[in-house]
Amino acid sequence: MLEGLRRALSKVAEMLSRTDLFSEDLETIEREATMILVECDVAFEAAEAIARLVREEALERRAKSKQIVEQQLLKEVLIKLFEKAKWFNLEEAIIKVRRTGEPVKLLFVGPNGHGKTTTIAKLGYRLKREGLSVVLAAADTWRAGAFEQLKQHASNIGVDIVGHGYGADPAAVAFDAVAYARKRDKDVVLIDTAGRLQTDIDLMEELRKIARVVKPDFKIFVGDALTGNDALYQAITFNQYVGVDGGILTKFDADAKGGAAISFVYAIEKPILYVGTGQRYEDLQPFSVDWFLARIFE
Amino acid sequence: MEELRKGLARIVSLIKREPIIDRVAVKKTLRELERELLKADVSPDLVLELTRKVEERVFKEDVPPGFSRRELLLRALYEELVNVLGGENKHELKVRKGGVLLLVGLQGSGKTTTAAKLALYYKKRGFKVGLICADNYRPGAYEQLSQLANSIGVEFYGLKGAPSVEVALNGVEALRAKGVELIIVDTAGRHKEEKDLLNEMKELVNSLKPDEVVLVLDATIGKRAGAQAEAFHKVAPLGSIILTKMDGSARGGGALAAVAKTGAKVIFIGVGEKLEELDPFDPPSFVSRLLGMGDLKSLVDRMRKAQLVAQPDALIRGRFTLLEFKQQLEGLSKMGPLRKILELLPGSYEITPELEKAGSENVKKWIAIMNSMTREELANPDTITRSRIIRIAKGSGTSTKDVKNLLTTYKRTQKLLRQLSRSRGGRLIPGI
Repeated sequence: MLEGLRRALSKVAEMLSRTDLFSEDLETIEREATMILVECDVAFEAAEAIARLVREEALERRAKSKQIVEQQLLKEVLIKLFEKAKWFNLEEAIIKVRRTGEPVKLLFVGPNGHGKTTTIAKLGYRLKREGLSVVLAAADTWRAGAFEQLKQHASNIGVDIVGHGYGADPAAVAFDAVAYARKRDKDVVLIDTAGRLQTDIDLMEELRKIARVVKPDFKIFVGDALTGNDALYQAITFNQYVGVDGGILTKFDADAKGGAAISFVYAIEKPILYVGTGQRYEDLQPFSVDWFLARIFE
Repeated sequence: MEELRKGLARIVSLIKREPIIDRVAVKKTLRELERELLKADVSPDLVLELTRKVEERVFKEDVPPGFSRRELLLRALYEELVNVLGGENKHELKVRKGGVLLLVGLQGSGKTTTAAKLALYYKKRGFKVGLICADNYRPGAYEQLSQLANSIGVEFYGLKGAPSVEVALNGVEALRAKGVELIIVDTAGRHKEEKDLLNEMKELVNSLKPDEVVLVLDATIGKRAGAQAEAFHKVAPLGSIILTKMDGSARGGGALAAVAKTGAKVIFIGVGEKLEELDPFDPPSFVSRLLGMGDLKSLVDRMRKAQLVAQPDALIRGRFTLLEFKQQLEGLSKMGPLRKILELLPGSYEITPELEKAGSENVKKWIAIMNSMTREELANPDTITRSRIIRIAKGSGTSTKDVKNLLTTYKRTQKLLRQLSRSRGGRLIPGI
């Protein structure tokens, strides 16, 4: 995991430490760094921007003190990038909202097949283990088998599920699930929505409507870690329509290079909350910048 | 998709606007092309290889007579893109009555939806189709496929809880007993790090012996597509690829690495959530659309035909008789409306301004006139006397003025060709 990105970044770092930093060198570094980041699935625009920052940073340091620029530089650029996002612990935040009395509402959004339903089951499992009572809302009333899939998960992890069957209004399902949770004093409602491509404006509007009706406390984007350039546009568009609070990247174990994480944070400056690392319910790891960077740079 | 189309269309218009196509201009264009392809998830290796090939071709290849280097650049761009996408020839699934197709892919790539789309596609083409759910891992997979099968009216087989190999084998037997002619097997999603699941897939392929293993790939996938496809290919040789979610903003370039690594060709693309939204994939028209030039394919065709028709040797040796002239005109008129061809031939067929003005009507008339000439007259236009002109005009239903007009045009063209062959060292590349 992350092997590729780590190796690539240390290559840039090596170049940085070698060079005397003439302008041509800087240009080469910028171009090489872009290519290397792109190879690791960082979206092209994000890669260009990061490479530019590395170059500017190097120039600035040279002007100031002629101090040798090392591997540290790239790491610092990435840290700065990650610092722009407001990182938070989702579980602590959920408990905090719950203290106000209302059930905590989480809305999951994302493209088709990126793993929303599985991720909801994993998170439900995790929250339940921490002693929270969980309700799943089957607001994907479009995809065949979606309801049965979520129902099976609900019974596997032992939580409640609310659903109206296929063709029902997803906003109504979500609304009823919240009412159900309120009535039975449940802690958390996890709302599954149908996957949609961000280019489908009607479906994006529908998502906005769901968000308007249930007023979720957290809107979580679920994306596939294997995504390339599209990760950037996905994050931007979903954020634009519903206002994303954080992301979960799935299939991190599938030999993902990790670039999608950088694209996501670069695109909308929001934190990544978890990564999916396997097929079992336990396979949901909290994401931390230190963890991510340590793996890249160590 | 739309973004890539815009980007590449921009490059094409860049090529068209560039005053001179020299090394600097080509370099600039190719640098832009690299950016667009990288944004489209094409792997850097493939991108660099492609731009290198285009650059090489533009400066090494002879420009066909009547065309410019600008058009050669467009053609190289088009052909190399088509090549990378799997070539000119349209590939089709090996589908036969009694056949079995096995769909494999990563989690969430869209196998189940695609299975139903394929079933509907072949049902519409007269097959009695059956679907088998060999995915007993993902909750809801069975229900999803059975609901889809039901909605499109095809047979379905599944057995919850049983090992996938058993389900598939039993399913094939059960569906064949029902008279199903084409069986599509859906499998559980898996990725290259899941060794057990890959082994299971191997077992599935060995016992099921499908006509073809089809990889279903998400268009949003990035650089890992190649490695993933390769891992699949190792345990179950892939025949073709179906690219899903092409209606999104993803550009599907990641799939090119999968094509390059496995030799499997993209045969369908998924372009919407509805089950009818599956399009056969045809690289030439796809690339034409990408480059924002509907007529690019026809330009390339015209260029290729022109190379066949032109017989540059005969022309260079100055042996340009009415026979060659006729051949050229016939070739031209076969290639489509003359006006369009003339648009595509800057500088070249300006050698006969009359021709340009004349339009396709005139060309038809001229061909008719030449059809009324004897073979000897065509080969030796000097023998055409006044009385012969009258005869030819009558025979072709034209006027003597038309015939003279044709002869003048021919002579002017011949003269220009001679000049050209002298000044260009035997290479017919006017207009550059």
